[in-house]
Amino acid sequence: MDKGAITRAREKAEAGKRLSLTDALALYEDNDLLFLASCARKMKERKSGKNVFYNVNRHINLTNICTSGCPLCAFQCEEGDGRGFVLETEDIAKILQEAQSVPRLGEVHIVSALHPTKDFNYYLNVIRQVKQALPDVDIKAFTPVEIVHFSQLTGKSIREVLTILQEVGLSSLPGGGAEILSDRVRQIICPQKATAAQWIETIKTAHGLGIRTNCTMMYGHIETIEERLQHLITLRDIQDETGGFQAFVSFPFHPANTELSHLKRVGSWEDMKMMALSRLILDNVDHIKAFWIMLTMPIAQLALGFGADDLDGTIGEEKIIHAAGAKTNTGITRSKLRKLIVEAGLEPVERDTFYRPIEEGML
Amino acid sequence: MYCNAEYQDIEEKILSGKRLSKEDGLRLFDCNDLSWLGNMADIVRKCKCGDIVYYNVNCHVNLTNMCTSKCKFCAFGRDKDAKGAYAMSPEEAIAVVEDAMQDPDLAGLHVVSGLHPEWHFDDYLYRLQALHDRFPSLYLKGFTGVEITHFAKISGLSVAEVLSKLKNAGLQAIAGGGAEILCDRVRQELCPEKATAKEWLEVARVAHGMGIKSNASMLYGHIETMEERVDHLLKLRELQDETGGFQTFICFPFLPKNTELGKQVQQTSMWDDLKTMAISRLMLDNFTNIKAYWVMLTVPVAQLALSFGANDIDGTVHKETILHDAGATSPTALSEDYIIRIVREAGRIPASCDCNFNIIRRFDQ
Repeated sequence: MDKGAITRAREKAEAGKRLSLTDALALYEDNDLLFLASCARKMKERKSGKNVFYNVNRHINLTNICTSGCPLCAFQCEEGDGRGFVLETEDIAKILQEAQSVPRLGEVHIVSALHPTKDFNYYLNVIRQVKQALPDVDIKAFTPVEIVHFSQLTGKSIREVLTILQEVGLSSLPGGGAEILSDRVRQIICPQKATAAQWIETIKTAHGLGIRTNCTMMYGHIETIEERLQHLITLRDIQDETGGFQAFVSFPFHPANTELSHLKRVGSWEDMKMMALSRLILDNVDHIKAFWIMLTMPIAQLALGFGADDLDGTIGEEKIIHAAGAKTNTGITRSKLRKLIVEAGLEPVERDTFYRPIEEGML
Repeated sequence: MYCNAEYQDIEEKILSGKRLSKEDGLRLFDCNDLSWLGNMADIVRKCKCGDIVYYNVNCHVNLTNMCTSKCKFCAFGRDKDAKGAYAMSPEEAIAVVEDAMQDPDLAGLHVVSGLHPEWHFDDYLYRLQALHDRFPSLYLKGFTGVEITHFAKISGLSVAEVLSKLKNAGLQAIAGGGAEILCDRVRQELCPEKATAKEWLEVARVAHGMGIKSNASMLYGHIETMEERVDHLLKLRELQDETGGFQTFICFPFLPKNTELGKQVQQTSMWDDLKTMAISRLMLDNFTNIKAYWVMLTVPVAQLALSFGANDIDGTVHKETILHDAGATSPTALSEDYIIRIVREAGRIPASCDCNFNIIRRFDQ
């Protein structure tokens, strides 16, 4: 990469201008972590001032029995495996009963495996059950990978599947399963699940129906740096077209217990570099989330200095990432989250699913 | 480009190489513009010591955990008859190193221990000599200002005499621990039984005068005020002006687990750790090296600290016990390959060195 390209990219990043793939590659290679941090911080301040968002949420993982067998995953197992579980109506009722006692619970987050025998009705009934128990709580459920699976199960179009889910109470989609939107990469890390084109189609259809979503990236496995940065630009192109992404979440790959366990977890340097670069490249996405479950809380707090403005939530019990050896706690209290934000000189803002602040008076 | 309006005067001082005052230091601790602080420290680091990151291929030897000083922040020291108490014979100390010698690149030892209730100075001296005789090619760094003060007290010798005997037995450099916070209010409360601030500084001064280099350190994140942190850095800076004998400065965030103090103090955040690292680099303008001690900081923080002023990442360590007794969650050793990888990821040049920062091998791309 020539010096001129790096200089031009730095000028654009400093001025908050749109970065091309070439610019992004130049900034990556330049590897000036704190320069990226200061540019990302400026962009964060333009988007959300001193605010850092979090919500009070609960995660529910319905099952880990999965037909897709992705080499990148430590959560899934085959039917008949002793580790396998599926939550039935009464299991979910117990979780919901506990959730009803959580003060100001704002969101239930449901993501699961592609179960070999559960039909679409099972999932619809889960949404109905959650809605009935927690009528005022927003339901963020099913990644595009699961939506594509439902479409294949039922023979219905993606649009029909999403419409039905919306009717029974779904409010938004988490943006998982994007991994790296490159078919070369997906062939290796997740050959059996939704393709890049299917993921994109599902997202665009959801946005068209007024269902907002997040977008994500799983990095640090077998992708090239160019594929990684191109992935961010693909997300930005979608956002230009639909405006439906609320937040971007990046997941560093945790290799333990996966078929790719020969790989090494990238360092915190890379995590912070990607945090700042994501903030700068995704100039049209409002929020960048530091997902503490994956990053660990200390690194997530630090990410607030690298462009992040959202610390996710209190989370009840998280299983997917902990199956891959995450050493974080499975939940955190509101007051601890707020304290971490204040310590970084920023303002904690409790939010609902749609990033509307919950008035301080109500807390 | 880095300019932060509120701190423009400080930025100008830093960029023109002027010394920061106590007030500047206090203001920096109030600043939460982490990337600006990091940038400032990084500019100073680059200009002072370039892109090399030093590390040791070393082994820690903790001769005993029996200790009379009972510091409230310590989870390692214990009474003689307490569970888990040990004291190594010279043969046992040699066996620890024999084990570490399986790594053909092992270059040196780091020997620090408790203040044993019954051992004489000769007991320590004898073990040091035994290690040196058995492993003459390994460099020897060891004993903190606290241990050396203790040796002088129990032997009736002067600090200079103690140091001279240690030097003759093979000691090449003094470890940086035991400084904690060099303020008698803090020491009275946390570690009244061991070397005072003045005694600790005196050991460093005498050693430097004899041509023995030493390290400096700060244990922060317990009961000290920010002003006491800044004063601590200033005391080290002042002595360094006088002697020039400090080689590297090490920040130790207090690990509360399993300590008496842990009941009332919460562990520092990474935010505080990186801020303190950057401010140390900026205040200690006469120190060449600033160490990111991964055992205490954890590997992720230590790696990031390389862009907050650090140019030294300690070493492979072999088997750390003092801090792991205090609940350190980092591994007890790192491989050299791993250290090289994380330094390179940060865009820097790893170089292994001895206890006096002489480069043994460097790994340019």
